[in-house]
Amino acid sequence: MKKVTERLKRHAEHGKRWVIAVPTLWLMLFFALPFLIVLKIAFAESAIAIPPYTQLLTMADEAFDLHVYFGNFIFLSEDALYLTAYLNSLKMAAISTFLCLLIGYPMAYHIARAKPSTQTVLLLLILLPSWTSFLIRIYAWIGILKSNGILNNALMWLGVVDQPLTILNTNVAVYIGIVYAYLPFMILPLYANLVKHDHSLIEASQDLGARWLQSFWRITFPLSRNGIIAGSMLVFIPVVGEYVIPELLGGTNSLVIGKVLWQEFFNNRDWPLASSLALIMLLLLMLPIHFFRKYQEKEWEEGK
Amino acid sequence: MKPPIRFSSVMFWFGMAFLYLPMLSLVIYSFNSSRLVTVWAGWSTKWYGELFRDEGLMAAVWRSLEVAFWSANTAVCLGVLASVALTRFGRFRGRSMLHSLVAAPLVMPDVIIGLSLLLLFVSMTDVLGWPHQRGLFTIWIAHATFGTAYATVVISSRLKELDRSFVEAAMDLGATPVKAFVQVTLPIIMPALVSAWLLAFTLSLDDVVIASFVSGPGATTLPIEVFSSVRLGVSPKINALATLIILIVSLVTLVAWWLSRRKLKRDKFARS
Repeated sequence: MKKVTERLKRHAEHGKRWVIAVPTLWLMLFFALPFLIVLKIAFAESAIAIPPYTQLLTMADEAFDLHVYFGNFIFLSEDALYLTAYLNSLKMAAISTFLCLLIGYPMAYHIARAKPSTQTVLLLLILLPSWTSFLIRIYAWIGILKSNGILNNALMWLGVVDQPLTILNTNVAVYIGIVYAYLPFMILPLYANLVKHDHSLIEASQDLGARWLQSFWRITFPLSRNGIIAGSMLVFIPVVGEYVIPELLGGTNSLVIGKVLWQEFFNNRDWPLASSLALIMLLLLMLPIHFFRKYQEKEWEEGK
Repeated sequence: MKPPIRFSSVMFWFGMAFLYLPMLSLVIYSFNSSRLVTVWAGWSTKWYGELFRDEGLMAAVWRSLEVAFWSANTAVCLGVLASVALTRFGRFRGRSMLHSLVAAPLVMPDVIIGLSLLLLFVSMTDVLGWPHQRGLFTIWIAHATFGTAYATVVISSRLKELDRSFVEAAMDLGATPVKAFVQVTLPIIMPALVSAWLLAFTLSLDDVVIASFVSGPGATTLPIEVFSSVRLGVSPKINALATLIILIVSLVTLVAWWLSRRKLKRDKFARS
Protein backbone atom coordinates (compact mmCIF):
# COMPACT_ATOMS: atom_id res chain seq x y z
CA MET A 1 0.00 0.00 0.00
CA LYS A 2 2.76 2.35 0.94
CA LYS A 3 4.45 1.58 -2.33
CA VAL A 4 1.32 2.48 -4.22
CA THR A 5 0.89 5.85 -2.54
CA GLU A 6 4.52 6.59 -3.10
CA ARG A 7 4.18 5.79 -6.75
CA LEU A 8 1.07 7.92 -6.94
CA LYS A 9 2.95 10.78 -5.31
CA ARG A 10 5.82 10.48 -7.76
CA HIS A 11 3.28 10.38 -10.51
CA ALA A 12 1.63 13.54 -9.24
CA GLU A 13 4.99 15.33 -8.98
CA HIS A 14 5.70 14.33 -12.53
CA GLY A 15 2.31 15.55 -13.70
CA LYS A 16 2.79 18.83 -11.88
CA ARG A 17 6.00 19.43 -13.74
CA TRP A 18 4.20 19.03 -17.05
CA VAL A 19 1.40 21.37 -16.04
CA ILE A 20 3.99 24.05 -15.33
CA ALA A 21 6.28 23.29 -18.25
CA VAL A 22 3.85 23.32 -21.16
CA PRO A 23 2.50 26.89 -20.84
CA THR A 24 5.88 28.21 -19.67
CA LEU A 25 7.69 26.77 -22.67
CA TRP A 26 5.05 27.95 -25.12
CA LEU A 27 5.21 31.51 -23.78
CA MET A 28 9.00 31.46 -23.57
CA LEU A 29 9.27 30.34 -27.16
CA PHE A 30 6.64 32.60 -28.68
CA PHE A 31 6.71 35.62 -26.39
CA ALA A 32 10.10 35.96 -24.63
CA LEU A 33 12.53 34.48 -27.15
CA PRO A 34 11.35 36.81 -29.97
CA PHE A 35 12.61 39.79 -27.93
CA LEU A 36 16.12 38.36 -28.00
CA ILE A 37 15.88 38.16 -31.76
CA VAL A 38 14.72 41.78 -31.89
CA LEU A 39 17.79 42.63 -29.83
CA LYS A 40 19.98 40.73 -32.26
CA ILE A 41 18.55 42.29 -35.40
CA ALA A 42 18.63 45.80 -33.92
CA PHE A 43 22.42 45.45 -34.18
CA ALA A 44 22.40 44.15 -37.73
CA GLU A 45 22.74 46.15 -40.90
CA SER A 46 19.97 46.51 -43.44
CA ALA A 47 20.77 44.62 -46.63
CA ILE A 48 19.12 43.77 -49.91
CA ALA A 49 18.62 40.10 -49.21
CA ILE A 50 16.10 37.62 -47.88
CA PRO A 51 15.70 38.20 -44.95
CA PRO A 52 16.74 41.84 -45.44
CA TYR A 53 19.51 42.15 -42.86
CA THR A 54 23.12 41.10 -42.38
CA GLN A 55 24.07 38.21 -40.13
CA LEU A 56 25.59 38.98 -36.77
CA LEU A 57 27.70 35.85 -36.68
CA THR A 58 29.35 34.65 -39.83
CA MET A 59 31.87 31.93 -40.50
CA ALA A 60 34.88 33.33 -42.33
CA ASP A 61 38.28 31.67 -42.63
CA GLU A 62 37.29 29.01 -40.12
CA ALA A 63 36.62 31.58 -37.44
CA PHE A 64 33.47 33.21 -36.20
CA ASP A 65 33.19 36.80 -37.17
CA LEU A 66 31.00 38.87 -34.90
CA HIS A 67 29.63 41.86 -36.69
CA VAL A 68 27.86 44.30 -34.38
CA TYR A 69 26.47 47.36 -36.07
CA PHE A 70 25.53 50.44 -34.05
CA GLY A 71 24.52 52.45 -37.08
CA ASN A 72 20.79 52.08 -36.45
CA PHE A 73 20.99 53.74 -33.07
CA ILE A 74 23.31 56.47 -34.30
CA PHE A 75 20.89 57.11 -37.15
CA LEU A 76 17.94 57.27 -34.75
CA SER A 77 19.70 59.73 -32.46
CA GLU A 78 20.72 62.00 -35.33
CA ASP A 79 17.29 62.44 -36.88
CA ALA A 80 15.00 64.57 -34.70
CA LEU A 81 11.98 62.92 -36.31
CA TYR A 82 12.38 59.79 -34.19
CA LEU A 83 12.78 61.65 -30.92
CA THR A 84 9.68 63.70 -31.73
CA ALA A 85 7.75 60.51 -32.51
CA TYR A 86 8.70 58.97 -29.15
CA LEU A 87 7.80 62.12 -27.25
CA ASN A 88 4.51 62.45 -29.14
CA SER A 89 3.61 58.86 -28.33
CA LEU A 90 4.38 59.27 -24.63
CA LYS A 91 2.41 62.50 -24.50
CA MET A 92 -0.51 60.95 -26.34
CA ALA A 93 -0.53 57.95 -24.01
CA ALA A 94 -0.34 60.14 -20.89
CA ILE A 95 -3.15 62.46 -21.94
CA SER A 96 -5.44 59.64 -23.06
CA THR A 97 -4.80 57.73 -19.84
CA PHE A 98 -5.79 60.81 -17.87
CA LEU A 99 -8.94 61.32 -19.96
CA CYS A 100 -9.90 57.66 -19.56
CA LEU A 101 -9.45 57.96 -15.80
CA LEU A 102 -11.52 61.15 -15.72
CA ILE A 103 -14.45 59.52 -17.54
CA GLY A 104 -13.92 55.95 -16.36
CA TYR A 105 -13.69 56.59 -12.61
CA PRO A 106 -17.20 58.00 -12.16
CA MET A 107 -18.57 55.29 -14.43
CA ALA A 108 -16.88 52.52 -12.44
CA TYR A 109 -18.09 54.20 -9.23
CA HIS A 110 -21.65 54.28 -10.51
CA ILE A 111 -21.55 50.55 -11.38
CA ALA A 112 -19.98 49.59 -8.05
CA ARG A 113 -22.75 51.43 -6.15
CA ALA A 114 -25.61 49.84 -8.10
CA LYS A 115 -27.62 46.80 -6.95
CA PRO A 116 -25.67 43.54 -7.51
CA SER A 117 -28.09 42.31 -10.18
CA THR A 118 -27.92 45.65 -11.99
CA GLN A 119 -24.11 45.59 -11.75
CA THR A 120 -23.90 42.55 -14.02
CA VAL A 121 -26.06 44.20 -16.66
CA LEU A 122 -24.13 47.49 -16.54
CA LEU A 123 -20.81 45.65 -16.79
CA LEU A 124 -22.06 43.72 -19.80
CA LEU A 125 -23.10 47.00 -21.40
CA ILE A 126 -19.58 48.37 -20.86
CA LEU A 127 -17.95 45.24 -22.24
CA LEU A 128 -20.25 44.61 -25.19
CA PRO A 129 -18.72 47.24 -27.50
CA SER A 130 -15.23 45.85 -26.93
CA TRP A 131 -16.38 42.41 -28.10
CA THR A 132 -17.43 43.82 -31.44
CA SER A 133 -14.64 44.71 -33.80
CA PHE A 134 -12.21 47.35 -32.54
CA LEU A 135 -11.35 48.27 -36.12
CA ILE A 136 -14.97 48.83 -37.03
CA ARG A 137 -15.60 50.98 -33.97
CA ILE A 138 -12.70 53.23 -34.95
CA TYR A 139 -14.08 53.25 -38.48
CA ALA A 140 -17.39 54.56 -37.12
CA TRP A 141 -15.62 57.71 -35.98
CA ILE A 142 -14.44 58.47 -39.52
CA GLY A 143 -18.08 58.74 -40.61
CA ILE A 144 -18.91 60.89 -37.59
CA LEU A 145 -15.95 63.28 -37.65
CA LYS A 146 -15.50 63.81 -41.41
CA SER A 147 -16.00 67.39 -42.65
CA ASN A 148 -19.32 66.33 -44.19
CA GLY A 149 -19.89 63.73 -41.47
CA ILE A 150 -22.65 63.23 -38.95
CA LEU A 151 -21.28 65.56 -36.28
CA ASN A 152 -20.69 68.47 -38.65
CA ASN A 153 -24.07 67.99 -40.30
CA ALA A 154 -25.75 68.02 -36.91
CA LEU A 155 -23.83 71.09 -35.71
CA MET A 156 -24.60 73.00 -38.90
CA TRP A 157 -28.26 72.00 -38.80
CA LEU A 158 -28.45 73.23 -35.21
CA GLY A 159 -26.75 76.41 -36.29
CA VAL A 160 -23.88 76.04 -33.81
CA VAL A 161 -21.31 76.47 -36.59
CA ASP A 162 -21.69 77.63 -40.15
CA GLN A 163 -18.42 76.19 -41.43
CA PRO A 164 -17.74 72.46 -40.97
CA LEU A 165 -15.13 71.88 -38.28
CA THR A 166 -11.97 70.01 -39.20
CA ILE A 167 -11.72 67.24 -36.64
CA LEU A 168 -10.78 64.16 -38.62
CA ASN A 169 -7.03 63.92 -39.24
CA THR A 170 -6.21 66.00 -36.17
CA ASN A 171 -4.95 65.04 -32.73
CA VAL A 172 -8.43 65.63 -31.30
CA ALA A 173 -9.76 62.77 -33.45
CA VAL A 174 -6.94 60.51 -32.25
CA TYR A 175 -7.73 61.28 -28.60
CA ILE A 176 -11.43 60.61 -29.16
CA GLY A 177 -10.59 57.30 -30.82
CA ILE A 178 -8.19 56.18 -28.10
CA VAL A 179 -10.48 57.10 -25.21
CA TYR A 180 -13.32 55.37 -27.02
CA ALA A 181 -11.39 52.16 -27.61
CA TYR A 182 -9.60 51.92 -24.25
CA LEU A 183 -12.29 53.16 -21.83
CA PRO A 184 -13.46 49.61 -20.89
CA PHE A 185 -9.88 48.68 -19.92
CA MET A 186 -9.90 51.54 -17.43
CA ILE A 187 -13.37 50.85 -16.06
CA LEU A 188 -12.98 47.11 -15.39
CA PRO A 189 -10.06 47.14 -12.92
CA LEU A 190 -11.47 50.26 -11.24
CA TYR A 191 -14.82 48.55 -10.79
CA ALA A 192 -13.17 45.37 -9.50
CA ASN A 193 -11.43 47.49 -6.89
CA LEU A 194 -14.30 49.84 -5.95
CA VAL A 195 -16.79 47.03 -5.49
CA LYS A 196 -14.67 45.54 -2.69
CA HIS A 197 -14.68 48.73 -0.61
CA ASP A 198 -16.25 48.54 2.79
CA HIS A 199 -18.98 51.15 2.82
CA SER A 200 -18.99 51.41 6.60
CA LEU A 201 -15.71 53.38 6.40
CA ILE A 202 -17.52 56.13 4.50
CA GLU A 203 -20.41 56.03 6.93
CA ALA A 204 -18.04 56.29 9.87
CA SER A 205 -16.31 59.29 8.34
CA GLN A 206 -19.64 60.98 7.75
CA ASP A 207 -20.76 60.28 11.27
CA LEU A 208 -17.62 62.10 12.29
CA GLY A 209 -18.72 65.07 10.21
CA ALA A 210 -16.82 64.67 6.96
CA ARG A 211 -18.45 66.06 3.87
CA TRP A 212 -18.85 63.80 0.85
CA LEU A 213 -15.92 65.20 -1.11
CA GLN A 214 -13.73 64.95 1.95
CA SER A 215 -14.52 61.30 2.58
CA PHE A 216 -14.05 60.59 -1.12
CA TRP A 217 -10.59 62.18 -1.28
CA ARG A 218 -9.40 60.77 2.01
CA ILE A 219 -10.92 57.26 1.94
CA THR A 220 -12.31 56.05 -1.38
CA PHE A 221 -9.68 57.56 -3.64
CA PRO A 222 -6.59 56.34 -1.72
CA LEU A 223 -8.16 52.90 -1.28
CA SER A 224 -8.71 52.59 -5.01
CA ARG A 225 -5.01 53.19 -5.76
CA ASN A 226 -4.41 49.67 -7.05
CA GLY A 227 -7.36 49.90 -9.41
CA ILE A 228 -6.15 53.26 -10.71
CA ILE A 229 -2.66 51.88 -11.33
CA ALA A 230 -3.94 48.76 -13.09
CA GLY A 231 -6.39 50.67 -15.27
CA SER A 232 -3.85 53.35 -16.14
CA MET A 233 -1.21 50.81 -17.12
CA LEU A 234 -3.71 48.85 -19.22
CA VAL A 235 -4.33 52.05 -21.15
CA PHE A 236 -0.94 53.77 -21.11
CA ILE A 237 1.34 50.92 -22.21
CA PRO A 238 -0.53 49.72 -25.31
CA VAL A 239 -1.32 53.28 -26.38
CA VAL A 240 2.40 54.16 -26.55
CA GLY A 241 2.69 51.66 -29.40
CA GLU A 242 -0.74 52.28 -30.94
CA TYR A 243 -0.79 52.16 -34.72
CA VAL A 244 -4.34 51.68 -36.02
CA ILE A 245 -6.01 54.69 -34.37
CA PRO A 246 -3.43 57.35 -35.39
CA GLU A 247 -3.32 55.81 -38.85
CA LEU A 248 -7.08 55.95 -39.41
CA LEU A 249 -8.05 59.09 -37.48
CA GLY A 250 -4.82 61.07 -37.27
CA GLY A 251 -4.04 61.71 -40.90
CA THR A 252 -0.66 61.68 -42.56
CA ASN A 253 1.05 64.20 -40.30
CA SER A 254 0.37 62.54 -36.95
CA LEU A 255 3.82 61.41 -35.93
CA VAL A 256 3.77 58.56 -33.41
CA ILE A 257 6.20 55.75 -32.85
CA GLY A 258 3.83 52.93 -33.79
CA LYS A 259 3.29 54.46 -37.20
CA VAL A 260 6.99 55.20 -37.73
CA LEU A 261 7.88 51.60 -36.87
CA TRP A 262 5.20 50.31 -39.24
CA GLN A 263 6.46 52.50 -42.06
CA GLU A 264 10.09 51.55 -41.54
CA PHE A 265 9.12 47.91 -41.62
CA PHE A 266 6.50 47.71 -44.37
CA ASN A 267 7.27 50.70 -46.61
CA ASN A 268 11.06 51.00 -46.31
CA ARG A 269 11.64 47.31 -45.54
CA ASP A 270 14.33 48.35 -43.07
CA TRP A 271 13.94 45.53 -40.56
CA PRO A 272 17.00 46.40 -38.43
CA LEU A 273 15.85 50.00 -37.98
CA ALA A 274 12.33 48.83 -37.08
CA SER A 275 13.90 46.47 -34.53
CA SER A 276 15.92 49.28 -32.98
CA LEU A 277 12.77 51.37 -32.71
CA ALA A 278 10.97 48.46 -31.05
CA LEU A 279 13.89 47.88 -28.70
CA ILE A 280 13.89 51.50 -27.51
CA MET A 281 10.11 51.39 -27.06
CA LEU A 282 10.50 48.23 -25.03
CA LEU A 283 13.10 49.87 -22.79
CA LEU A 284 10.81 52.87 -22.25
CA LEU A 285 7.95 50.57 -21.31
CA MET A 286 10.00 48.34 -19.05
CA LEU A 287 9.22 50.36 -15.93
CA PRO A 288 5.46 50.66 -16.52
CA ILE A 289 5.25 46.94 -17.37
CA HIS A 290 7.13 46.05 -14.20
CA PHE A 291 4.68 48.24 -12.29
CA PHE A 292 1.72 46.53 -13.89
CA ARG A 293 3.11 43.07 -13.19
CA LYS A 294 3.77 43.89 -9.56
CA TYR A 295 0.25 45.13 -9.10
CA GLN A 296 -1.14 42.01 -10.81
CA GLU A 297 0.83 39.72 -8.55
CA LYS A 298 -0.44 41.63 -5.52
CA GLU A 299 -4.03 41.15 -6.64
CA TRP A 300 -3.28 37.49 -7.25
CA GLU A 301 -1.98 36.93 -3.73
CA GLU A 302 -4.71 39.00 -2.10
CA GLY A 303 -7.50 37.12 -3.73
CA LYS A 304 -6.40 33.78 -2.35
CA MET B 1 -24.07 62.52 0.60
CA LYS B 2 -26.44 62.09 -2.35
CA PRO B 3 -25.33 64.64 -4.92
CA PRO B 4 -21.98 63.06 -5.90
CA ILE B 5 -23.76 59.79 -6.68
CA ARG B 6 -25.98 61.73 -9.01
CA PHE B 7 -22.86 63.21 -10.60
CA SER B 8 -21.44 59.74 -11.23
CA SER B 9 -24.78 58.66 -12.71
CA VAL B 10 -24.70 61.56 -15.12
CA MET B 11 -21.13 60.65 -16.09
CA PHE B 12 -22.14 57.03 -16.48
CA TRP B 13 -24.97 57.70 -18.91
CA PHE B 14 -22.85 60.25 -20.73
CA GLY B 15 -20.16 57.57 -21.09
CA MET B 16 -22.71 55.03 -22.28
CA ALA B 17 -23.92 57.44 -24.96
CA PHE B 18 -20.30 57.97 -25.97
CA LEU B 19 -19.82 54.19 -26.27
CA TYR B 20 -23.05 53.40 -28.11
CA LEU B 21 -23.89 56.35 -30.39
CA PRO B 22 -21.06 55.59 -32.86
CA MET B 23 -22.20 52.00 -33.08
CA LEU B 24 -25.77 53.13 -33.62
CA SER B 25 -24.62 55.40 -36.45
CA LEU B 26 -22.89 52.42 -38.11
CA VAL B 27 -26.11 50.42 -38.00
CA ILE B 28 -28.33 53.22 -39.31
CA TYR B 29 -26.07 54.14 -42.19
CA SER B 30 -25.71 50.51 -43.25
CA PHE B 31 -29.30 50.82 -44.51
CA ASN B 32 -28.54 53.94 -46.52
CA SER B 33 -29.02 53.52 -50.24
CA SER B 34 -26.40 56.15 -51.12
CA ARG B 35 -22.81 55.17 -51.72
CA LEU B 36 -21.74 58.26 -49.80
CA VAL B 37 -22.05 56.85 -46.32
CA THR B 38 -23.05 60.03 -44.55
CA VAL B 39 -25.51 61.43 -47.09
CA TRP B 40 -28.93 59.95 -46.45
CA ALA B 41 -30.79 58.84 -49.57
CA GLY B 42 -33.45 56.49 -48.30
CA TRP B 43 -33.66 53.00 -46.86
CA SER B 44 -32.10 50.10 -48.67
CA THR B 45 -30.62 46.71 -47.88
CA LYS B 46 -28.55 46.51 -51.04
CA TRP B 47 -25.21 46.79 -49.21
CA TYR B 48 -25.93 43.54 -47.43
CA GLY B 49 -26.36 41.87 -50.81
CA GLU B 50 -23.12 43.41 -52.02
CA LEU B 51 -21.37 42.24 -48.86
CA PHE B 52 -22.40 38.63 -49.38
CA ARG B 53 -21.47 38.80 -53.06
CA ASP B 54 -17.94 40.04 -52.23
CA GLU B 55 -16.09 36.74 -52.48
CA GLY B 56 -12.77 38.09 -51.26
CA LEU B 57 -14.35 39.41 -48.08
CA MET B 58 -16.40 36.26 -47.49
CA ALA B 59 -13.32 34.06 -47.89
CA ALA B 60 -11.53 36.28 -45.38
CA VAL B 61 -14.42 35.83 -42.93
CA TRP B 62 -14.06 32.04 -43.05
CA ARG B 63 -10.27 32.20 -42.73
CA SER B 64 -10.61 34.45 -39.70
CA LEU B 65 -13.21 32.23 -38.05
CA GLU B 66 -10.98 29.21 -38.57
CA VAL B 67 -7.93 30.90 -37.08
CA ALA B 68 -9.97 32.30 -34.18
CA PHE B 69 -11.47 28.87 -33.45
CA TRP B 70 -8.12 27.11 -33.20
CA SER B 71 -6.45 30.00 -31.37
CA ALA B 72 -9.20 30.02 -28.77
CA ASN B 73 -8.96 26.24 -28.29
CA THR B 74 -5.21 26.43 -27.80
CA ALA B 75 -5.43 29.47 -25.56
CA VAL B 76 -7.97 27.83 -23.24
CA CYS B 77 -5.91 24.62 -22.96
CA LEU B 78 -2.72 26.52 -22.17
CA GLY B 79 -4.67 28.92 -19.96
CA VAL B 80 -6.08 26.10 -17.84
CA LEU B 81 -2.59 24.65 -17.30
CA ALA B 82 -1.10 28.05 -16.44
CA SER B 83 -3.98 28.88 -14.10
CA VAL B 84 -3.72 25.58 -12.26
CA ALA B 85 0.02 26.11 -11.88
CA LEU B 86 -0.40 29.68 -10.62
CA THR B 87 -3.33 29.11 -8.25
CA ARG B 88 -2.92 25.53 -7.04
CA PHE B 89 0.75 24.67 -6.78
CA GLY B 90 1.84 27.19 -4.16
CA ARG B 91 5.44 28.26 -4.57
CA PHE B 92 7.53 26.57 -7.22
CA ARG B 93 10.64 27.44 -9.14
CA GLY B 94 9.73 29.54 -12.16
CA ARG B 95 6.43 30.74 -10.70
CA SER B 96 7.38 34.38 -10.86
CA MET B 97 8.60 33.89 -14.42
CA LEU B 98 5.39 32.23 -15.53
CA HIS B 99 3.59 35.10 -13.88
CA SER B 100 5.49 37.68 -15.92
CA LEU B 101 5.00 35.67 -19.10
CA VAL B 102 1.26 35.73 -18.52
CA ALA B 103 1.00 39.39 -17.46
CA ALA B 104 3.23 41.04 -20.05
CA PRO B 105 1.28 40.12 -23.22
CA LEU B 106 -1.80 41.83 -21.73
CA VAL B 107 -0.20 45.25 -22.13
CA MET B 108 2.53 44.76 -24.74
CA PRO B 109 1.92 47.00 -27.78
CA ASP B 110 0.80 45.03 -30.83
CA VAL B 111 3.54 46.38 -33.08
CA ILE B 112 6.20 44.95 -30.77
CA ILE B 113 4.54 41.51 -30.50
CA GLY B 114 4.00 41.41 -34.27
CA LEU B 115 7.50 42.48 -35.23
CA SER B 116 9.24 40.22 -32.73
CA LEU B 117 7.20 37.15 -33.67
CA LEU B 118 7.81 37.72 -37.34
CA LEU B 119 11.56 37.94 -36.71
CA LEU B 120 11.33 34.71 -34.71
CA PHE B 121 9.56 32.90 -37.54
CA VAL B 122 12.04 34.22 -40.09
CA SER B 123 14.98 33.08 -37.96
CA MET B 124 13.37 29.69 -37.39
CA THR B 125 12.90 29.22 -41.11
CA ASP B 126 16.52 30.22 -41.53
CA VAL B 127 17.93 27.83 -38.96
CA LEU B 128 15.43 24.96 -38.82
CA GLY B 129 13.79 25.26 -42.22
CA TRP B 130 10.45 25.45 -40.44
CA PRO B 131 7.83 26.97 -40.77
CA HIS B 132 8.13 26.77 -44.57
CA GLN B 133 5.74 29.57 -45.18
CA ARG B 134 4.03 32.20 -43.13
CA GLY B 135 0.28 32.24 -43.22
CA LEU B 136 -2.70 31.07 -41.19
CA PHE B 137 -0.47 28.72 -39.22
CA THR B 138 1.80 31.50 -37.97
CA ILE B 139 -1.21 33.72 -37.23
CA TRP B 140 -2.64 30.86 -35.17
CA ILE B 141 0.55 30.68 -33.08
CA ALA B 142 0.56 34.44 -32.54
CA HIS B 143 -3.10 34.60 -31.54
CA ALA B 144 -2.90 31.54 -29.32
CA THR B 145 0.01 33.18 -27.49
CA PHE B 146 -1.69 36.42 -26.50
CA GLY B 147 -4.99 34.57 -26.11
CA THR B 148 -3.33 32.39 -23.48
CA ALA B 149 -2.53 35.44 -21.37
CA TYR B 150 -6.14 36.64 -21.38
CA ALA B 151 -7.54 33.14 -20.86
CA THR B 152 -5.25 32.68 -17.85
CA VAL B 153 -6.53 35.87 -16.22
CA VAL B 154 -10.16 34.83 -16.64
CA ILE B 155 -9.71 31.18 -15.60
CA SER B 156 -7.40 31.77 -12.66
CA SER B 157 -9.68 34.42 -11.14
CA ARG B 158 -12.41 31.76 -11.07
CA LEU B 159 -10.07 29.03 -9.80
CA LYS B 160 -9.00 31.28 -6.96
CA GLU B 161 -12.53 31.61 -5.61
CA LEU B 162 -13.27 27.92 -5.92
CA ASP B 163 -14.02 26.06 -2.71
CA ARG B 164 -11.23 23.55 -2.41
CA SER B 165 -13.18 21.23 -0.13
CA PHE B 166 -14.95 19.66 -3.13
CA VAL B 167 -11.66 18.58 -4.62
CA GLU B 168 -10.37 17.42 -1.26
CA ALA B 169 -13.54 15.37 -0.73
CA ALA B 170 -13.08 13.72 -4.13
CA MET B 171 -9.48 12.87 -3.34
CA ASP B 172 -10.44 11.48 0.07
CA LEU B 173 -12.82 9.20 -1.78
CA GLY B 174 -9.88 7.92 -3.79
CA ALA B 175 -9.87 10.05 -6.93
CA THR B 176 -6.48 10.82 -8.45
CA PRO B 177 -5.66 14.52 -8.80
CA VAL B 178 -6.32 14.32 -12.54
CA LYS B 179 -9.64 12.57 -12.06
CA ALA B 180 -10.68 15.03 -9.35
CA PHE B 181 -9.78 17.90 -11.65
CA VAL B 182 -11.69 16.54 -14.63
CA GLN B 183 -14.77 15.40 -12.75
CA VAL B 184 -15.05 18.03 -10.03
CA THR B 185 -13.11 21.18 -10.84
CA LEU B 186 -13.70 21.38 -14.60
CA PRO B 187 -17.52 21.30 -14.43
CA ILE B 188 -17.49 24.03 -11.78
CA ILE B 189 -15.18 26.34 -13.74
CA MET B 190 -16.90 25.62 -17.07
CA PRO B 191 -18.51 29.10 -17.31
CA ALA B 192 -15.05 30.66 -16.88
CA LEU B 193 -13.68 28.38 -19.60
CA VAL B 194 -16.48 29.46 -21.92
CA SER B 195 -15.89 33.15 -21.30
CA ALA B 196 -12.12 32.68 -21.68
CA TRP B 197 -12.73 30.89 -24.99
CA LEU B 198 -15.04 33.63 -26.23
CA LEU B 199 -12.57 36.32 -25.19
CA ALA B 200 -9.66 34.62 -26.99
CA PHE B 201 -11.94 34.07 -30.00
CA THR B 202 -13.01 37.73 -30.28
CA LEU B 203 -9.46 38.97 -29.68
CA SER B 204 -8.25 36.81 -32.53
CA LEU B 205 -11.08 37.94 -34.81
CA ASP B 206 -10.19 41.54 -34.04
CA ASP B 207 -6.43 41.63 -34.47
CA VAL B 208 -5.08 43.48 -37.47
CA VAL B 209 -1.57 44.59 -36.45
CA ILE B 210 -0.03 41.28 -35.34
CA ALA B 211 -1.68 39.38 -38.20
CA SER B 212 -0.29 41.90 -40.71
CA PHE B 213 3.22 41.20 -39.48
CA VAL B 214 3.10 37.40 -39.30
CA SER B 215 0.77 36.63 -42.19
CA GLY B 216 2.01 35.50 -45.57
CA PRO B 217 0.79 35.33 -49.14
CA GLY B 218 -2.86 34.34 -49.48
CA ALA B 219 -3.56 34.55 -45.75
CA THR B 220 -5.51 37.80 -45.54
CA THR B 221 -7.77 37.66 -42.52
CA LEU B 222 -10.95 39.70 -42.20
CA PRO B 223 -9.40 42.56 -40.17
CA ILE B 224 -6.57 42.92 -42.69
CA GLU B 225 -9.14 43.07 -45.48
CA VAL B 226 -11.31 45.57 -43.58
CA PHE B 227 -8.31 47.71 -42.67
CA SER B 228 -7.14 48.06 -46.24
CA SER B 229 -10.64 48.98 -47.38
CA VAL B 230 -11.18 51.43 -44.50
CA ARG B 231 -7.89 53.16 -45.26
CA LEU B 232 -9.30 54.11 -48.65
CA GLY B 233 -12.29 55.76 -47.02
CA VAL B 234 -15.76 54.87 -45.76
CA SER B 235 -17.70 52.18 -47.58
CA PRO B 236 -21.32 51.15 -46.91
CA LYS B 237 -20.36 47.49 -47.26
CA ILE B 238 -18.20 47.80 -44.13
CA ASN B 239 -21.19 49.35 -42.34
CA ALA B 240 -23.26 46.30 -43.28
CA LEU B 241 -20.52 44.01 -41.98
CA ALA B 242 -20.30 46.04 -38.76
CA THR B 243 -24.06 45.78 -38.25
CA LEU B 244 -23.95 42.00 -38.60
CA ILE B 245 -21.04 41.76 -36.12
CA ILE B 246 -22.85 43.98 -33.61
CA LEU B 247 -26.00 41.90 -34.02
CA ILE B 248 -24.20 38.58 -33.45
CA VAL B 249 -22.24 39.83 -30.44
CA SER B 250 -25.36 41.33 -28.86
CA LEU B 251 -27.33 38.11 -29.35
CA VAL B 252 -24.57 35.94 -27.86
CA THR B 253 -24.24 38.32 -24.89
CA LEU B 254 -27.99 38.37 -24.34
CA VAL B 255 -28.24 34.57 -24.39
CA ALA B 256 -25.26 34.23 -22.04
CA TRP B 257 -26.75 36.77 -19.64
CA TRP B 258 -30.15 35.09 -19.74
CA LEU B 259 -28.66 31.64 -19.09
CA SER B 260 -26.55 32.85 -16.17
CA ARG B 261 -29.52 34.68 -14.66
CA ARG B 262 -31.71 31.60 -14.96
CA LYS B 263 -29.03 29.52 -13.29
CA LEU B 264 -28.66 32.06 -10.50
CA LYS B 265 -32.40 32.00 -9.86
CA ARG B 266 -32.49 28.22 -9.88
CA ASP B 267 -29.61 28.09 -7.40
CA LYS B 268 -31.40 30.51 -5.14
CA PHE B 269 -34.55 28.44 -5.39
CA ALA B 270 -32.64 25.25 -4.62
CA ARG B 271 -31.10 26.80 -1.53
CA SER B 272 -34.29 28.20 -0.05
